[in-house]
Amino acid sequence: MVELVDVAVLLLLCVTALAIIRQRNLFAAVMMAGIYSLLSAGLFVVMDAVDVAFTEAAVGAGISTVLMLGTLALVGHQEHKPKHRPILPLLVVVLTGGVLVYGTLDMPPFGDPDNPIHHHVAPHYLEESEHEIGIPNVVTSVLASYRGYDTMGETTVVFAAVVGVLLLLARGPGPRRVRVNGLWTTVVREEDPPELEGDDESGGADAPEPRESDDG
Amino acid sequence: MDDRVILRVGAKILIPFILLFALYVQFHGDYGPGGGFQAGVIFAAGFILYALVYGLGTAKRALPPQAVYVCAALGVLIYAGVGFVTLGLGGEFLAYNVLAHDPEHGQEYGILFVELGVLITVFGSMVAFFYAFAGRRKIQT
Repeated sequence: MVELVDVAVLLLLCVTALAIIRQRNLFAAVMMAGIYSLLSAGLFVVMDAVDVAFTEAAVGAGISTVLMLGTLALVGHQEHKPKHRPILPLLVVVLTGGVLVYGTLDMPPFGDPDNPIHHHVAPHYLEESEHEIGIPNVVTSVLASYRGYDTMGETTVVFAAVVGVLLLLARGPGPRRVRVNGLWTTVVREEDPPELEGDDESGGADAPEPRESDDG
Repeated sequence: MDDRVILRVGAKILIPFILLFALYVQFHGDYGPGGGFQAGVIFAAGFILYALVYGLGTAKRALPPQAVYVCAALGVLIYAGVGFVTLGLGGEFLAYNVLAHDPEHGQEYGILFVELGVLITVFGSMVAFFYAFAGRRKIQT
């Protein structure tokens, strides 16, 4: 029965991936990428990795889709026809995929209790975390306590990503120095586009009928 | 100028439940799936829905970008701060046992604050991403 669900979800994943490739309308492609994430989340649930599924559904299907749509609002919805021939990229992709599949042949079978991964620290976590940490969810115990360093690193990575994005995309408040024709000149900051600031006169954020701006 | 009444009313009904669900995921992470990361993303998703429906300007008045940037940094500081508190109490970095007389309670407090740090950073980061993307003007071609 579980195999049947696996096959069905994997089949749907393949269909979605092919549809994304063939789609020239980027808006539709982004929406289907969201569906792809949701299907992956379903696959993770079948594999009993509910925490991963949760993250995939929230990040992949939720936030990523919104950010992609935000990007599309800037760059347009239509994909240009590629100028190059697809033969070489196809060859590279098939070759890489073949190597990856070949690599999985050496891997221990999925879910086998004799796998090396189940004989390192996992038994200790499963048996002792109830007494050592005192909370029932082993995933949280590992994430926040046994592997607290790793999670701190991950949190820092998220913060670093914000710093990177803001350096690239956000405009600073002050005047900037730019080089024009070999001369340094000071450029006062451009005003924010009025349609983004909104012209809401009814006041607070929870006013009954806010006249919101068109942010599309 | 705008008559998307269904969207506005629907969002207004949904947003409180999304935010409440995020808090549930946060504080129920000890017992079920979820934790700071997922909760932060869901909380941000609720706020982004508000921004999408009511406009970026309204959203920025409710939560200024500066506050969002502070959030993104504050969470990391809280996380690392817990580590330094455990150091100060004579334990190892991020070894929560020393936070209370009972090691189990210490672990509980440690995980609570660490997850809070993750929540704040992830929420701030996601909203900052959204502000950065949505605040750009269309490229002139």
